[in-house]
Order: sequence, then C-alpha cells, then structure tokens
Amino acid sequence: MSDIEKTKEDINIDDFLFDGDEVQEIEDLREIDERDKKNLLMAGIDLEEKERSGTFLHINHSKAHCKTCTPGVEVLDIKEALDKYDSLPEYYWQAVDPKKDKYTQAVFEKLHGGYFIKTEKGAKIDKPIQSCLFIKKDKVGQNVHNIIIVEEDSELHIITGCSVAHDVKAALHLGISEIYIKKGGKLTFTMIHNWGPEVHVRPRSVCIVEEGGVFLNNYILLKPVKSAQLYPTIYLNGTGAVSTSNSILVAPPGSYLNVGGRMILNAPETRAEIISRTITTGGTIVAPGHIQGNAVPVKGHLECKGLILKDGTIHAIPELEGTVAGVELSHEAAVGKVAQEEIEYLMARGLDEDEATSTIVRGFLNVDIMGLPPELKQAIDQTIEEAGEDMF
Amino acid sequence: MLQIQDLHVEIRGREVLKGVNLSIEKNETFILFGPNGSGKTTLLMTIMGFSNYKVTKGKIIFKGHDITYAPTYERARLGIGMSFQRPPTINGLKTRDLVRLCSRGRKIDVGLLAKKVNMEEFLDRDINQGFSGGEIKRSELLQLMAQQPKLLLFDEPESGVDLENMALIGQVAKELLGQGLQPSPEASMKKLKQLREVSGLIITHTGYILDYINADRGMVMYNGRLCCEARPRDILEHIRKYGYKECVRCLI
Ligand SMILES: Nc1ncnc2c1ncn2[C@@H]1O[C@H](COP(=O)(O)OP(=O)(O)O)[C@@H](O)[C@H]1O
Ligand SMILES: [Mg+2]
Repeated sequence: MSDIEKTKEDINIDDFLFDGDEVQEIEDLREIDERDKKNLLMAGIDLEEKERSGTFLHINHSKAHCKTCTPGVEVLDIKEALDKYDSLPEYYWQAVDPKKDKYTQAVFEKLHGGYFIKTEKGAKIDKPIQSCLFIKKDKVGQNVHNIIIVEEDSELHIITGCSVAHDVKAALHLGISEIYIKKGGKLTFTMIHNWGPEVHVRPRSVCIVEEGGVFLNNYILLKPVKSAQLYPTIYLNGTGAVSTSNSILVAPPGSYLNVGGRMILNAPETRAEIISRTITTGGTIVAPGHIQGNAVPVKGHLECKGLILKDGTIHAIPELEGTVAGVELSHEAAVGKVAQEEIEYLMARGLDEDEATSTIVRGFLNVDIMGLPPELKQAIDQTIEEAGEDMF
Repeated sequence: MLQIQDLHVEIRGREVLKGVNLSIEKNETFILFGPNGSGKTTLLMTIMGFSNYKVTKGKIIFKGHDITYAPTYERARLGIGMSFQRPPTINGLKTRDLVRLCSRGRKIDVGLLAKKVNMEEFLDRDINQGFSGGEIKRSELLQLMAQQPKLLLFDEPESGVDLENMALIGQVAKELLGQGLQPSPEASMKKLKQLREVSGLIITHTGYILDYINADRGMVMYNGRLCCEARPRDILEHIRKYGYKECVRCLI
C-alpha cells in the first residue's frame, strides 16, 4: 500500500467526541424524525417492525431501543449482557484481540454499547433480527461492541444497518463484532452501510464457526462515505463448516473503501467463498481477499470483480495460501469496464446506451444471491437505482 | 422495406464488404448463402449497426429512413431484430427481465412466449449463462417474439442445433415472419398479412430452415460481393452439386 493510501486511512481519534451523548429511549420507532427515517429504511431497518423478530437501536453513545418478541432469541444491550452473564468470559474479547490496532484499543478502553444477540439451542428464528447503529450528532465518535452467539443447531438472520442523521457531517464509527456459531448453527448476517460523505468507519469483526456451522456474510455499501476499512476474519474451525461472503460496493467520488475479508480453513471438509462486486464512479476501492487452507480436504474460492465506470481506482488483491498438500483454492479477479459487446447486445433489443449500461450494472451488483427478505431487496434495488442516476 | 446500395464495410482497416447491393420487399424473405469468411455475418452486423463494422461507402435505407450511421438502438426501435449467433452472457440479468425489456413496455405474457420455445425453465437463469447451441437459438427467438421486429435478421438458424430443436426453431421463425397465419372469421388472410408485414434476411449453409419457411429469393455472398440470384432451393441444389466455385464465374 502506498503512503498516500496509508495517510488517508489513518484517522486521528482525538478529533471526535466520545463523551456525553447518551440519548433517551425511543419507545416506538415510528417517532423517529421523518428526515432520518429514510436513511434508516435505506439501511435495511423496518420501522414498523412487522417482518422482524426483534430490534436493537443504538444512537450516538447509548442504547435507544431494544425489543424482542420472539421466543428462542435474546437481544440485549451489551452492557446489560455483561452484567447479566458475569462479563461473558467465554465471548467478550475472546475472538478479537483488543490490542489489534488503535481503533480496537479505543473500544476496549471506552465502551458505549452495542448489541448482544443469542439464540437458544435448536431455535429456528424465521424473521430477521434488525439492529441499527446510528449517529445523530456532528463530530461524534461511536464505540460499539457486538456479540452474536448462534447456539447449536439454531438458525438466525441478522440485518444490521448503520446510518447517520441527515445533518451530521463528520463522525467516526468504531465497531467490534465477535460472532460465535456453534455446532450445526446457521447465521445469515447482512450489514448495510449508509453513512455520509464525511464519516469514517472502522468495523473490526471476527467469526468462529464450529462443526457443520454455516455463516453467510453479506455486506452492502452503496452510499458515499469518507473512508471505510473492513477486513472481517472468519475461522472455520469445525469439520464441515461453511462460509460465504458477498459484498457489493459502490465508491462515488470522495469515497475511500478498503473492504475485504479473510477466511481461515482450519478443519477438514470446510468450504469458503468470498465474492466481491465493486464499482467506482470516481472513488477508490481496495479489495483484499485472503483464503488460507490449513487442513484437507478443503475448498476455497475467491471472486473479485470490479468495474471502473469513468474515473476512480480499484485495487483487487486476491491472496491464496495453502499450508498443507491437497488444499483446493482458486481465485478469479477482474477489473475493467462494462463490456461493449454486452452493451451492443442490449442496444440491438432497443435499449439506448444508458439503459443498457445501467441494466448491466444492476446485474453485476447482483443482490439476488444474498437471500434477503423481499422488502429489503426492494429497498436495495431502489438505492442502486438512485445511485445509478449519478453513475451514468 | 430494406435497400442496401453499394455498401462497403471495413473491419479493423480491412475491407470485407466490397459493394453490396440488395433490396428486400415487404413480406419477403431473402436467403443468403456463401462460403465461410465471405462476409455474410458482417452484412447482418452492419445492418444492425455494431461498432466494429465501419461503413466506408454506400447506404442502408430501412422503411425510408437512411440508417447507415444510426445508432443500433434506433434501428431496433424502427423494427430491425436480430438473432445472435454467439450472444454474450450478462451476469445477474435474468432471461425473464431481458424478455420484458425487449417488449419495450408493450404488454406481453412472458410465460406464454417462453412456453412456445420450451424456455420456461430458463426464465430465472442469467441470460446465456451456460446455454447450449439450441438453447441460445430458442432464447434469441424468445427475445425476438417480445420485440416483434419488422425485419428479422437470422444468422445460421441451424448451427449447433439438433433435429428436434430445428423443427421448433423453424416453426417459431415462420411465425415471426408472419407466415402460416390461420385465417379466421374475424380476420381474413389479407387482413392478417397487413397486420403482420414482416421481412426476413436469413443466412444458411444447410438450407434446413427452408423446410419450414417460405423464402422468395436468395443470393450467394462471395468474397464480399453478392451474386447468383435465384430461388433459394435452386441455389442450394447447385451448391450441393458444384460447391461455390461456380460463383466466381458469376462475378466476372
Ligand atoms: N471481429 C473481426 N476482426 C477481424 N476480422 C474479422 C472480424 N469479423 C470478421 N472478420 C473477417 O471478415 C471476413 C468475413 O467474416 P464473416 O462476415 O464472419 O464471414 P461469414 O459470416 O460469411 O463466414 C473474414 O475474413 C473474417 O476473418
Ligand atoms: Mg458467419
């Protein structure tokens, strides 16, 4: 990485306010300011809470709303969970190293909140749990720590949206997530970032998957952000554990994204897939992906495709690392533009050049593979549509 | 319907069409024969207006409009429709959605159309992703049924297709060309013809397609020029007996 990139990514934490912005609890999400509702909707939040099994909302420096109505799953503010469960010795700071970097350290030293979500053994939660981490005030620095425990043979979908209020300019979000998927558990985790053009985000996530566990990790970032740096690490530690990561990124001018991921295959019969689709319309995207195979038989595939529509930079860094004979790891990376042949094919069907290009781009940013609830898919399609208006 | 006058076309600086003259009337289907590399596909791609095909001289007139330099989508909107030989895969674009786009807002029943070409199971697959030769042909016809062109350009309907598929493709092509319509009490044959005035330009090597459609005229493309105008069946028979070498003589 060049020095210029490094300085772009290095944030001075002291520029932000980490104290004093505790908010009042909101009973009904429909009370939220109309102008903020739209941002929340775009971040995947169902304000009616009809199609959700529970909701967690954190604003600035504290919890604002936390509700579950579904048996088999518990949703708490992390601080309450630490009290209730004796500091969560098996989970709290057990997957993420608090000294990893200064952002992680900052959360270790001062905790504002975050969610704790835990299923019961064998519970199949059919509607998603939704969480939102929201920044409502300019210059706020937000430290959250999330813990997810998917107990044996249980299933859960979490939709976590992050957003800022309409009038927030600069902000810094630091988020630790530790995810534990027990034997035979299945988690679909969909993260939608809908920040603002002056916001910096530094999530730090680690997931540990035990025998036969499944982790589907979706990440969607379509809106401007000053800088985002994510590199979730997923350990497939039990025989037959499977993980797929899908990310869809759009970088408009001014956005700097360093978004990738790493999967470590530590047990036989594990499978890993990292798929990223990136588009720049003028911003910079660095997309590192790393799959490490330490057991056999294992399979891993990395697919990293980028489109530069007009200007901008995409730097794809696919890495494969096998440490024993017999691992099967592969990758496919491509950075380019929309294929002229595809445009002309659609033009021969009567679409003009803009229609053809946006049709191809929409297909490229294929959200269908994420298995999202229909209303969320619709909201995302609409966001892509709106982003598309600025793209071409 | 279509008039081509003294058309010269270059691909990457090399002249491939060297003065083509051709005119196709309303309701007429024209068959193009010719050896590999003679320029048949080039002619179709030039009529559709693709960027690699540079017209250096001559004119293409369609329904009275000079389209020699018109963008591809304008030609499509005027009523030119083409079946591609090797269409590209577009990831994430479902066949169903492309068929809808082809209809440009006209009301169509995608399921019903798909049934006609035995493509129902392909509607939710990405367009052309892993399609076999016959599946590509059927998918192209499905799109054209939604598009309803007035001039149908069809490059080698039989290539990569088994006999069973050939019959299906032949029948659908016939329908697209407005041929074989059944008169009914509400619509006389004359009225049906007026309703559906479609012309065709079809490239074939084997002539199998002639078992399904009525074709009025044919010519041979040879080294970038057209020659040997005759009834398609007669041309076919001649080529089967003598190959293309006689065509050289016609050109002299
Ligand atoms: N994309 C291309 N680039 C370079 N040469 C081409 C291209 N397409 C066709 N040609 C050349 O143009 C000539 C005519 O090709 P084509 O129209 O495909 O012939 P046909 O369809 O009659 O077999 C051939 O010599 C071929 O090699
Ligand atoms: Mg050809």
